[in-house]
Amino acid sequence: MSAKLPRTVDEALAREFGLTAEEYGNVLSIMGRTPTFTELGIFSVMWSEHCSYKSSRAYLKTLPTTAPWVIHGPGENAGVVDIGNGLAAIFKMESHNHPSFIEPYQGAATGVGGILRDVFTMGARPVANLNALRFGNPNNPQTRRIVDGVVRGVGGYGNCVGVPTVGGEINFHPAYDGNPLVNAMTVGVARQDRIFLSAAAGVGNPVIYVGSKTGRDGIHGATMSSSEFDEDALAKRPTVQVGDPFVEKLLIEACLELMATDAIVAIQDMGAAGLTSSAVEMAGKGGVGIDLDLDHVPQRERGMTAYEMMLSESQERMLIVLRPDRTEQARAIFDKWELDFAVIGHLTDTGNIVIRHKGEVEAEIPLAPLADQAPVYRRPTAPAQKPQPMEPIIDPVGVEQALIRLIGCPDLASRAWVYNQYDSTVGGQTVRRPGAADAAIVKVEDTEIGLALTTDCTPRYCRANARLGGAQAVAEAWRNITATGARPLAVTDNLNFGSPEKPEVMGQFVDAIAGMGEACRALDFPVVSGNVSLYNETRAPDGTSQSILPTPAIGGLGVLENVRQAVGLGMPDGLDVMLLGETKGQLGQSIWLREILGAQDGEPPELDLAAERRNGDFVRGLILDGTIAACHDVADGGVLVAVTEMVMAGQAGCVLEAPQSGMRPEAFWFGEDQSRYIVAVRDGQALATLAAQAGVPCRRLGRSGGEGLTLPSGSTISKARLLAVHSEFFPRLMDR
Amino acid sequence: MKAAIVVFPGTNRERDMAIALRSVTGQAPAMVWHRDTALPEGLDLVVLPGGFSYGDYLRCGAMAAHAPIMAAIREFAAKGGHILGVCNGFQILTEAQLLPGALLRNAALRFLSQDCFLRVERNDTPFTRHWAKGDVYRTPMAHGDGNYIAEAETIRMLEDTGRVAFRYVAENGRLDAGDPQLNPNGSMNAIAGVFSENLRICGMMPHPEDLVDPLMGGEDGKPLFTGLVEALVG
Repeated sequence: MSAKLPRTVDEALAREFGLTAEEYGNVLSIMGRTPTFTELGIFSVMWSEHCSYKSSRAYLKTLPTTAPWVIHGPGENAGVVDIGNGLAAIFKMESHNHPSFIEPYQGAATGVGGILRDVFTMGARPVANLNALRFGNPNNPQTRRIVDGVVRGVGGYGNCVGVPTVGGEINFHPAYDGNPLVNAMTVGVARQDRIFLSAAAGVGNPVIYVGSKTGRDGIHGATMSSSEFDEDALAKRPTVQVGDPFVEKLLIEACLELMATDAIVAIQDMGAAGLTSSAVEMAGKGGVGIDLDLDHVPQRERGMTAYEMMLSESQERMLIVLRPDRTEQARAIFDKWELDFAVIGHLTDTGNIVIRHKGEVEAEIPLAPLADQAPVYRRPTAPAQKPQPMEPIIDPVGVEQALIRLIGCPDLASRAWVYNQYDSTVGGQTVRRPGAADAAIVKVEDTEIGLALTTDCTPRYCRANARLGGAQAVAEAWRNITATGARPLAVTDNLNFGSPEKPEVMGQFVDAIAGMGEACRALDFPVVSGNVSLYNETRAPDGTSQSILPTPAIGGLGVLENVRQAVGLGMPDGLDVMLLGETKGQLGQSIWLREILGAQDGEPPELDLAAERRNGDFVRGLILDGTIAACHDVADGGVLVAVTEMVMAGQAGCVLEAPQSGMRPEAFWFGEDQSRYIVAVRDGQALATLAAQAGVPCRRLGRSGGEGLTLPSGSTISKARLLAVHSEFFPRLMDR
Repeated sequence: MKAAIVVFPGTNRERDMAIALRSVTGQAPAMVWHRDTALPEGLDLVVLPGGFSYGDYLRCGAMAAHAPIMAAIREFAAKGGHILGVCNGFQILTEAQLLPGALLRNAALRFLSQDCFLRVERNDTPFTRHWAKGDVYRTPMAHGDGNYIAEAETIRMLEDTGRVAFRYVAENGRLDAGDPQLNPNGSMNAIAGVFSENLRICGMMPHPEDLVDPLMGGEDGKPLFTGLVEALVG
């Protein structure tokens, strides 16, 4: 063992590395001796919350993960589903929250880069990116800096690698002031008979390092992501990785070229915890040992120690186990793309990971206990605080004024300023661009297949009722896919929560997963991949820490056999505009309540999963048979905001009729009852008949036509005015 | 029409361009690698597509202008060959001095991905013959560095000799180079594309290749490609 220990290894050091006294005790018993500095580093990152899922694993196991169309569920680098024609969609969403607060541009950029690698490492060409972003109060001076950096970072990386960014969502809330959320999703397409997994096999097979050189960036990034921020958060900038999208582009092309041969036994990207996690996971899954000689690792800096190389999170690197007779063939491909290629080790039958550097063994750890004895916690839970009951409502502004305020408010204003900085058309397969349909539609090249992609979560519902909020996030993703005509297949989840050591946060986490599981089961919409981000907390100068809103972001994927059947949300001219689904006028936790009355009270709207499925299946069938010409789900802001969004996105206006609902106007127009769709059809009466037969509530809202939005009062708001109000927010915030 | 697409490391719109060319010729274009030193025999058209060649960490297109394949492209140009450069391809052609001017950062210093409207300034060229002079067509743009600039003398020469191919305008054809809504990247004289002196090389920033299929929102970009086929193979 190395005699040049940088520091004495003891419990105090273990604690600095994020391990508890008990966890350090387990390290000692596994090793049967004091670990080396490098070994302790490996244990600490592998057992970090970020890599081990120690607080969440027990609950994640309760989520449904199978369906006849699921090819690979959780456990691989990304989820894999059958989309027909012998093809598979491979997708996952992952957070890069902590780095994005510290260094927004690089944090967001490397978030995109990391999720791209998770997808192409399985053999898929990435065809679409999405992102779910949560920022603090727009009036907080930090927010502008973070929005600017995150949007530039997402665009800077995605635009350069040439993968279209086609969708996503953005919310603002003060709970994200010191802890924004950057959740990036990538979708790729592969042949089902060419899917690559990470389990290493074949004792003696060479272990290959490809991509960028290793530097000292991102050391202990995984550990940093597993703790709360303190007042010195910004001093952690050196733990943030730096991305190079150009190298990523070359890496995609080189890997796909190599994947067209039969040279690869196993492959995994070096993501969180870098070389450590990729080597440990590949060998561990394959039940083999792995012997690495770090002298051969391509290095960007001089004098790096074994510890630094094992924990570096330098970007754009992959680890590959090759068939031994294909090494030179593989080397030629990486030479062509001008990327580093190095044989850095081989597989063994010892069951150990052995790290050599400069002729010394720097680490030797048995892989089985490193994985099997990783901590699992069932942390204490406590019920979250219930929202205040709703006060009796007095509408102070009236429907028209409320609409104008809602469509201009931060959560509902146009996102064009943001998505116009993302290349959404590269690849030439984008059928519906951002804002044109409830889910983005991307055609699979050389087929008629369409993929429908969305990300969804309503954090304010989750805070008021985490179980319902978890279910609602899944249902809304299912609904958004359905509203295009696509058949929802599966989801990836990105569970962003506060500190699991706070019982009420842990309670929210457990409840949200329970709700998600219920919805996934009821809608046949299993979870095939995902990521957990805990410790999303900000410590105030007074020492108190504030948790983010519970934010279980759902990335949904659906498929259209014939992409030409997809519909958008833009209002067509001269059709009946109908509302499907039951309207009760529930204003609890609504945007209207928050924006007009300044209250965040009441229970969120109910969610009846049987009705969800019935209504959605009805709508999808009528889209596919051509009855429905345009469709938009009713979400934040309720029916009137949804109709207005259709008018703003479409060719025609709409004349609304008095609803005769017997409820107060604000409840009817702005209530956020779930499982509803607004559809434009040629014959509203015929639709009502079909709906009655299917047991789906249906009511007429009005007729499309004209140039603006005409309210039941007779007042018309011009489309120009709507668009002006709608598009004011982002430029005012960002370009001032 | 025998076409070839040049691929540099970091090029990312070669697939879009191949789809557009295939849609009008019925055959896949040849893909030429930046390290090649010769173009395929008997080419009618060479296309430099969009992307971030060599990462564009120097000026956009500056590295690519010195790639091994560029000698063959210069030779092709010198013999009167037809070349289309789109986005990064336009930047490369200016860096290689096959077209005049340069592309600076967009005036608002942000990447812009949106539809824009282009006015066809003349229709007696292989690139524009399927439009009428003054036609306005919609096309996506997606770039961070599309702000066209040249010395005053060069601009005057381009204008006087009819070498402006396309300009950014309003949907109704109205020109106002000072209006960021109409001229989104701030280009001088709202210039979106230019020709070489012999009208056989055309560089443009927006992406007509991404609008050749009604499914993707329209065929507004298609006349450029059908016109080339008619002009180059009759």
